Amino acid sequence: MSDLLKVTDLSVAYAGRSGSRTVTHGVSFAVAPGEVVALVGESGSGKTTTAQAVIDLLPAGGRVVGGRIELAGEDVTHASARRWRELRGRRVGLIPQDPGASLDPTKRIGDSVAEAFRIHRAAPRRVLGARVEELLDRVGIDDPARRARQYPHELSGGMKQRVLIAAAIALGPGLLIADEPTSALDVTVQRRILDLLEDLRRENGTGILLVTHDLALAADHADRVLVLREGRVQEHGPSAQVLRAPESDYTRRLLADAPTLATPVHRAARTAPDGEQPAVRVRGLSVEFGGHGLGARLRKEQPFRAVDDVSFEIPRGTTHALVGESGSGKTTTARVIAAFQSAASGSVEVLGEDVLTLDSARRRELRRRVQLVYQNPYASLDPRQTILDAVTEPLANFGLEGSAAGRRAHAVQALERVALPAELHHRRPRELSGGQRQRVAIARAIVLHPELLILDEATSALDVTVQAGILRLLDDLQRERGLTYLVISHDLAVVRQIADTVTVLRRGRAVEQSGTAALFADPHEEYTRDLIASIPGKVPS
Amino acid sequence: MTYVASRVLSSLGVLLGAFTLAFVLLQALPGDAVMIRFENPELGLTAEQIAAIRESYGADSGLLAEYWHALSGALGGDLGYSVASGAPVRVLVGEALGSTLLLAGLGFVAAVLLAGLLAFAASLSPFSWLATLLRSLPSLFISVPVFWLGIVLIQLFSFRLGWISVIRPGPVEALILPVLTLAVPISAPLAQVLLRAIDDVRAQPFVAVVRAKGASEPWLLVRNVLRNAALPAMTIAGVLLGELIGGAVVTETVFARFGIGRLTADALNAQDTPVLQAIVIIAAAVFVVVNLAVDLLAPVLDPRLRRRVQA
Repeated sequence: MSDLLKVTDLSVAYAGRSGSRTVTHGVSFAVAPGEVVALVGESGSGKTTTAQAVIDLLPAGGRVVGGRIELAGEDVTHASARRWRELRGRRVGLIPQDPGASLDPTKRIGDSVAEAFRIHRAAPRRVLGARVEELLDRVGIDDPARRARQYPHELSGGMKQRVLIAAAIALGPGLLIADEPTSALDVTVQRRILDLLEDLRRENGTGILLVTHDLALAADHADRVLVLREGRVQEHGPSAQVLRAPESDYTRRLLADAPTLATPVHRAARTAPDGEQPAVRVRGLSVEFGGHGLGARLRKEQPFRAVDDVSFEIPRGTTHALVGESGSGKTTTARVIAAFQSAASGSVEVLGEDVLTLDSARRRELRRRVQLVYQNPYASLDPRQTILDAVTEPLANFGLEGSAAGRRAHAVQALERVALPAELHHRRPRELSGGQRQRVAIARAIVLHPELLILDEATSALDVTVQAGILRLLDDLQRERGLTYLVISHDLAVVRQIADTVTVLRRGRAVEQSGTAALFADPHEEYTRDLIASIPGKVPS
Repeated sequence: MTYVASRVLSSLGVLLGAFTLAFVLLQALPGDAVMIRFENPELGLTAEQIAAIRESYGADSGLLAEYWHALSGALGGDLGYSVASGAPVRVLVGEALGSTLLLAGLGFVAAVLLAGLLAFAASLSPFSWLATLLRSLPSLFISVPVFWLGIVLIQLFSFRLGWISVIRPGPVEALILPVLTLAVPISAPLAQVLLRAIDDVRAQPFVAVVRAKGASEPWLLVRNVLRNAALPAMTIAGVLLGELIGGAVVTETVFARFGIGRLTADALNAQDTPVLQAIVIIAAAVFVVVNLAVDLLAPVLDPRLRRRVQA
């Protein structure tokens, strides 16, 4: 019994109103010391359920209905709640998905890290401070004594994830469960966090169960990969082998749909006909926040420059991408173009209108021609409206297409164009999948026949296969209707697939601008090179 | 520092507003206390005599002059004289205030304890039927009228069981039933908000992280959840004070206790404007002070609010 974790034929079921529903079927795998095993799959594949079962933290109604879970040789399948409390933290630790919400906001960092010691009474109080600083230092946090006194909201996302790792390894558990540990982080931060986990594995012999939707990331960092689909194991083997010679069709499709830097670009680059006015022309744009008002002036507060002297043009019918990490000013720039945000200086011309000096009537007219699609369609759709109503609404707002019946007919057309069949038209947003909801958001935008579409991280929350479908749809729409796209994304692999030109933003400044192919072939700036190098799955050796 | 100053300043503004509004509303009422007391035909006063009395009370000077007189008096601590009894308002209110503050204060503490106990028991209950039962209690409490509860409590504990004497009770004995009567309806919304907040906090990812460190449910509730859930409950507690003052009026009437509640009822009957004006100011002051305390305490509980405080 050398395995840290051995799962045999595990089946988990959830009790619902209509009886019990089994969500994983006979899943088996093992994690040895110093080994990283990745559970890969799309949402609903049972990867998170499996991970939760292993630490006995299934949500209410969930329970193990078959199979065995062994932790370091001990059968814990039916262990008591008391035994589990002893095991959690000591034998098995958890690194959560969303570092932003995973630390108690009212506790100092040091207290959160020390919590495991106190729960298990594992260290005398007087040495706690020193142990916490050791741990923070171990996970690469500078000035640990000062950080320990700070609160979570004073730390960046990457730093919070380091703190959570420090808290998880406090009692030296042999096994760590990392549930999408980097999906909420920027690519460059993501790589550093994964490097840290790699160090822990190598130096402490920690076994890691990595849960991820990203096959490329799993292949880069795991020794073995388990591909799950609808609760069943599709494929299981060493990562190099799974990636190079996948056995199942499903894995092959996942690999094909996940854009990496190795994927060939199928889309033909588009250029606008010569002499035509560009759809968007941004010159010397700067946006400032704060520093206004009497109070701020009294305190001599300096305004914060979110966007600093940015210029670019988007020729009609082409796609321009704004890339950068969070806080780089990409969304603020897009908000100015959509006339939702005023600017400190510069000029912004959209579809021939000067956005910064528009009166409210002209601005309203421009809004019809410029439409937005956001990352989270669930939050941007009214939960009480049927999707047909949601798509009809913008037409009614602008008083377009004559009668109510005419508007409905147009909305139905738009929904059909985004491949949502008629039986879905009377459903509500929560009855749809994430991909279907994003199609509704796109239908709602194109029903107004806009000329410019702003796509703000429009596919980042979707599974790769669904994302591939949405990207194809957007490409078709652009070809049919000559639409201009402004794409905002942190995912360079996606940008490489769909954009003609790219602006790389960093702290509000445009650090590099060029055609997409040229940017990826020959990045000039260190920062751009760093961004590109952080994309997982570049070397399928 | 500027945060505290601006909060205090706006509190003073609210007080002045309440004073002015009460003044305008009381002046706008048809008739006044002088009329009620002296224009009774049985007194047989002549029109000239009444006019003289009106003048001595300053009842017919201009509205602005009267407002200024009342405001400057109030600022100097002089709240005028009761028209009904002739006693200084300050003395009347001073006598009543202590007893009411004791009742309201104890009622509030009891309400917080009751709400906390309920929320704790419902959150930690190992049986789902018990949790459901406990969770339905606040809606029951909230629908109980104060006067009815007071009467039922007297019936049960004093007359049936004979545990608590209603005739010449000792000072502690006299407080038990009124405090309970006041506490039950106040505790209900408090418990509801607290339970809801606890549920919300428990659904947050950080709670799962603490569980993954091996924490037990009581540990989680006491050390992690409660502090996060206290903020919405504290905010509603500030608002509930209004209910407490209203409840004190009814409770004091039902239990025949002397206090601000009784004073209010009597002054209303007599349209005793100076007394009513003073009571409005005191109620507003209590409100303002408590809400100021809530605002200043919030950043202590939640460090995320501190940045705004320092700014």
